[in-house]
Parts: sequence; C-alpha cells; structure tokens
Amino acid sequence: MDMDKMILEQVKEEYVKELLKAGKRTDGRALDQYREISVTKGYLRNAEGSALACIGATKVLAGVKFDMLEPFADRPAEGVVMVNCEFSPAAHPGFNPGPPDENSIELARVVDRGIRSAEAVDVAALGATGSPDGKVLGVFIDLYVLDHSGNLTDCAALAAMAALKDAKVPQLKAGKIVRGSDAGRLSLRRNVVTCTFENVAGSYLLDANFEEEVASDGRLTIGVSDDGFVCAGQKSGAASITKDALLGLARATMKKSGELFAHI
Amino acid sequence: MAGNNNNPNKPKLRDGGRRISGRGDDELRPMSIEVGPMVRPEGSAIVNWGRNKVLAAVYGPREVFPKHLTDPHKALINARYIMAPFSGQEEHGRAGPNRRSIEVSKVIKHVFENNVLVHSFPKTTVDLMLEVLQSDGGTRVSAINAASVALVDAGIPIRDIVSAVSVGKADGKMVVDLDKDEDNWGESDMPLAFSVRTGEMLLFQMDGMLTIEELSTGIDLGFEAAKKVRAIQTDALVRKYAIPGESAQ
Repeated sequence: MDMDKMILEQVKEEYVKELLKAGKRTDGRALDQYREISVTKGYLRNAEGSALACIGATKVLAGVKFDMLEPFADRPAEGVVMVNCEFSPAAHPGFNPGPPDENSIELARVVDRGIRSAEAVDVAALGATGSPDGKVLGVFIDLYVLDHSGNLTDCAALAAMAALKDAKVPQLKAGKIVRGSDAGRLSLRRNVVTCTFENVAGSYLLDANFEEEVASDGRLTIGVSDDGFVCAGQKSGAASITKDALLGLARATMKKSGELFAHI
Repeated sequence: MAGNNNNPNKPKLRDGGRRISGRGDDELRPMSIEVGPMVRPEGSAIVNWGRNKVLAAVYGPREVFPKHLTDPHKALINARYIMAPFSGQEEHGRAGPNRRSIEVSKVIKHVFENNVLVHSFPKTTVDLMLEVLQSDGGTRVSAINAASVALVDAGIPIRDIVSAVSVGKADGKMVVDLDKDEDNWGESDMPLAFSVRTGEMLLFQMDGMLTIEELSTGIDLGFEAAKKVRAIQTDALVRKYAIPGESAQ
C-alpha cells in the first residue's frame, strides 16, 4: 500500500512528532498502552474456527479451515499449518485488489513464524489422524483485514490465535473430512501473541494508530509464548535498532503479553 | 524453519561438545568475496560462504520505473532476492519469486534504505539484484554482504559497509553462521545485519524459541562475527581498489 500517498496523514505527521516531544500521543495514550481490545470467537459458522479481533478501530477476521494435504517431505508424520493474509480493499482506500503485496505477505509470515516456532498447534497430534494415502490434516489460517487503523500485525496475531482456540477438528471418514462434524477441539500446545512498536522520531510507540504508522521510521514486532519465550522477531522499515533498545522492547512485550493472552 | 525436535528425521547438530562441522560456536565458515566480476552493472560482487554462492549486481542511481513511484526527496531502493531453481541441495525449485523471497527482498530493501545516502540523489532508484546460485543456510545474510560490497564497487555513497550473519540455537547452544542442517533443525534462527562502525542493527529477524538472555547472547555473538565478516569485505575491496604504496582503509 502506498501509505506515502495518504496526504492527510502526511500533514498529521508533524503534529504527531511535535506532541511526542512532550511525551504525548495524539489519542492521549501512554507510549506503552494498547487501545481497547476485543475478541469475538466463533464469529462464523462455516469455518471450523474463527475470531474477529479489534484493537481500537482496527479489525482483523481470522478463519480456520481444515483440509487433507501432502505433508512436508522431511516431516511426513506432522500436520501442516499455513497462514495467509488478505488486505481487503474494503479496509482502506490505499488497499488495491490483486495478489498479496509485500506488506500482506510479511504480515502473514510474521504471524506464521510465531505460531510455528512456539508449536502453538500440536502438529504431531494433527499428523496422527492421517489418511491411508499418506495425507495429513492441514490447518489453514486466513487473516482478513477488514478495517485498517494501524497495528495490523498484533490484531492479526490475536485473531489467528483466538481462531485456533475456537477451532474444532472435523471427523475423518476413509481419509476424507466430514464437513460440519466435530471430533473435538484442535490440540494446542502454547498461546502466542505479538507486540509491535513503531519508531517515531526515536520513541518506540506500542500499538501505533494509523497516523503514527505513517510518521514511523521503522517497526519492531516481537512474538512471545505464554510460557515466557521469545518466539518471533521482525524489524521492518529503514530505522536501525540498537541491542539495548531491542532487548528493552522484548522485555516490554513479555510484560504486556498478559493483557493480550487474557483475550484469547 | 526452526522448531520441532521430536522428529525422527532430525540429524544430530552437535557431537562431543562440538558442532557436527567441527567449527567452534563463534566460528564462521570459510568466506571469500569477488569484487566486480560483472561488466554490465555499475557494481557487482559474488560471496562464497560455506557452500553458499550469491551474486549481487547494482544498477543505478537510475530513473524510476514506473515513473509515478518517483520520490522527489530521496532515491528509492529496490531489492530483488531470488533463489535459482538449481540452488538447493534437494529438489528442483520453482523459478521466480515466492512468498519467502518477497519477504526477504523487503527486509533487504529496508537494510539499504538506511545504509545508502538516499537523500543525495533524489528522484532515482538503486536496484539491487541478488541471485542465490547455490544455497547452504544463510542465503539472505550472504546476499546482504554481497550487496554491500557491490554498492561500494558501484561507487554509491553509503554510511558503512553492512556486515550480516545468522545466529541461532542448535542442540541447546547459541552458535554463529548456521549451516543448512542447523538452520533447518536447530531450535532458533536469527539473521542479523550490522553497521559495525555504529553497532546498530539494520536487519533483525528471529524464529524459534529463545529466552531474553539467549537473545542478548545471540546479538553479542552476531556482532563479534559481523566484525570478522567486515574484515573479509574490506580486504576484498582493498585488493581490488588499493593504490600500490598507499595504505588502505
């Protein structure tokens, strides 16, 4: 998306930076404060799992569907997890229809990284219910950005994790999925959330709103598991980061994560 | 892909307290750099690192295409990281970009948006063409090291040479410069790029499971390793460009 082209936000950029000099944000929040968070699990009926996550005015819907597919060659006994992300043109005037761009691919891969690294989904259990022809259960997590007011990553990670929690594994008959059937909850090993910080004129802002994102020089996303590990990291944008700043933000993420885990 | 260690296919990554390759935990694989092997681009370099072989070609500063993307205040950086279909140790790969290469290209672009003095030549683009000809774990850091040398070869003004290395956790120990098996089967993988002069990180990505202490150790190991990478980069450039009788650097 060409956020650079959003002229109103460009004008607001100076205002965002000017306020920050006094340690203030445009919406009055503390630098490490989330907007209001809500998560609605079971938002859809046809998907085997779903959740709508809202952070402030940002909305991301996650749908989970199961399919039988070929396992990875070096992991034949494990189920497969895939995360995709769609920036719906409904969500922002800067989003265009078409194949996923680098921003939506990056977002999906960062969310995927956390879920995969922490083995949030028990892939061994998932692979145990294979079909006679060697296929295994695959979990497709599709993230639909429905309204973009900043911090899509944390909102998407929250929606993905909540949708996994909501997911019911379908029954198999002769290696085929029986749609609408229920063989119990998807087996999860850990919960994962992310905290994303935007570097605006040298200050790191947690959960940036849209105008703060436009004013940002760079971004850091840290994923953590509910048993206290860092399980995903991604620096994005041109701004560099020092070791001390990075470790400080990783500690801040550990501290903040409880607030997010409470919603899933 | 780091992660699940219960898989029966997982090879041993350490034996008798050492890495399977025999390297020390802070030891790099042999690295050599050819500066300017190509005639057509403004600058080029090939990095051979372990079995990795990555070519970087720099074009620009040149006119932006499509034109409407032109930035009146600064030069654009465009990075295209691609793995050749024959580059892997296993099956034939698909030609062209995929989701992974698009993400890697994006983060490499961000590295050089910081590093190149983009405000010195507005309304232009600098294109970094990064071809992975052979892969062995650590292709994106090889590509960054090659790109940085190629930018110098092209005479494009930069803040510092960028020196990149992957760090990770393999069978319980933090180690630098992961090879393919350590990358694939280790507990964590963290590619880093540094400006050694300032100590800042220009690339930080991480997967797998680490404590904050391990994260800290990993960054320290990465910085020390990046200094060694920088010495190899500088040496390659000096061999090509030093004027006999004058002291280099």
